[in-house]
Amino acid sequence: MKRPGFGLTLVLVFAASFAAAQGGGDKRRTGYQDMSAALQQMADDETSNPGLLFVKAGEVLWKQPAGKANKACADCHGAVDTSMKGVAARYPAIPKDADKPVDLEGRINLCRTGQQQAEALKPESEDLLALDAYVTHASRSLPIAPPADPRLARVRELGKALFTRREGQLNLSCANCHDDNAGKKLAGATIPQGHPTAYPVYRSEWQTLGSLKRRLRNCVIGMRAEAYAYDSAEYLALEVYLMDRAKGLKIESPGIRP
Amino acid sequence: MANALINAPKTARRGDTIEIKALILHPMETGFRPGTNGTIIPRNIIEKFSARWNGEEIFAMSFSPAIAANPFVSFFTVARESGRVDFLWTGDQDFRVTESVIITVT
Repeated sequence: MKRPGFGLTLVLVFAASFAAAQGGGDKRRTGYQDMSAALQQMADDETSNPGLLFVKAGEVLWKQPAGKANKACADCHGAVDTSMKGVAARYPAIPKDADKPVDLEGRINLCRTGQQQAEALKPESEDLLALDAYVTHASRSLPIAPPADPRLARVRELGKALFTRREGQLNLSCANCHDDNAGKKLAGATIPQGHPTAYPVYRSEWQTLGSLKRRLRNCVIGMRAEAYAYDSAEYLALEVYLMDRAKGLKIESPGIRP
Repeated sequence: MANALINAPKTARRGDTIEIKALILHPMETGFRPGTNGTIIPRNIIEKFSARWNGEEIFAMSFSPAIAANPFVSFFTVARESGRVDFLWTGDQDFRVTESVIITVT
């Protein structure tokens, strides 16, 4: 009787120490962990998180036919719970027969112009954010898993180079804050490590949902550098690098940030 | 694209105090901010929010321009009888959204 119990204890002790070792090795934190308890509660409650308003709007758009083809997203893809589960976790990716990566918003617009024969949605437009939020919501709490596409390696290198390159009048690089000084304070705010787990994100400052590109643009302007165009290769390269840097962290979109 | 999220219990015991939360998508434009071309963006806010339980008003409030976008309202009420709670938001530029929930009181 005693032996199996003892064995089980051993296994448990081993499992616990293994888990501790794993947890101790990964020093990555998301902005969620640095938020106040009140904001965390607001983000977790799906009826008080304003991002869910966009998810709800996205659900309507998903089922609504559009363009000359008069097809809805749902006509090809069906329900997001099955077809889109984990999709947001592996974007940006390089589509078939293409050589440049697209992020999820770019992918949505490819479907719009290709399959639906409709006009592409404008960056940061409510409709694009709503569809992005709806599709990303289907991957909530799944780990970020960038694709093992060898063609992405070059883009990732470019992203890393941009991340560590000083620019702007303040002569700062992304890494100066988010690698070297993360966890310290910039004015009253805690500097996050910059993991894009919550995008599209609802920022109290914006009072609306915004994409990762809008957030990157914010940072670039804060460094007093010239912001890139929304469809620039630079933002995509940064997105590819950031998603790889956050590999394994759980998606919490639509997240809330101050 | 006007939509709202209501969080209310589906069932309640008679006499219980219950919390109802209502969140709505709205820009709450103050009417004091200049736009990119320098002209003032016209005011566009929700003016009134009300909740009626079986037709009887249980909660109402007026909004002001200082309230942030996508207002979230939480209030408490006493469950008396089963029925429908109707929510109504009205505001500038003919804004009008209704939403309802059914609460069963046992």
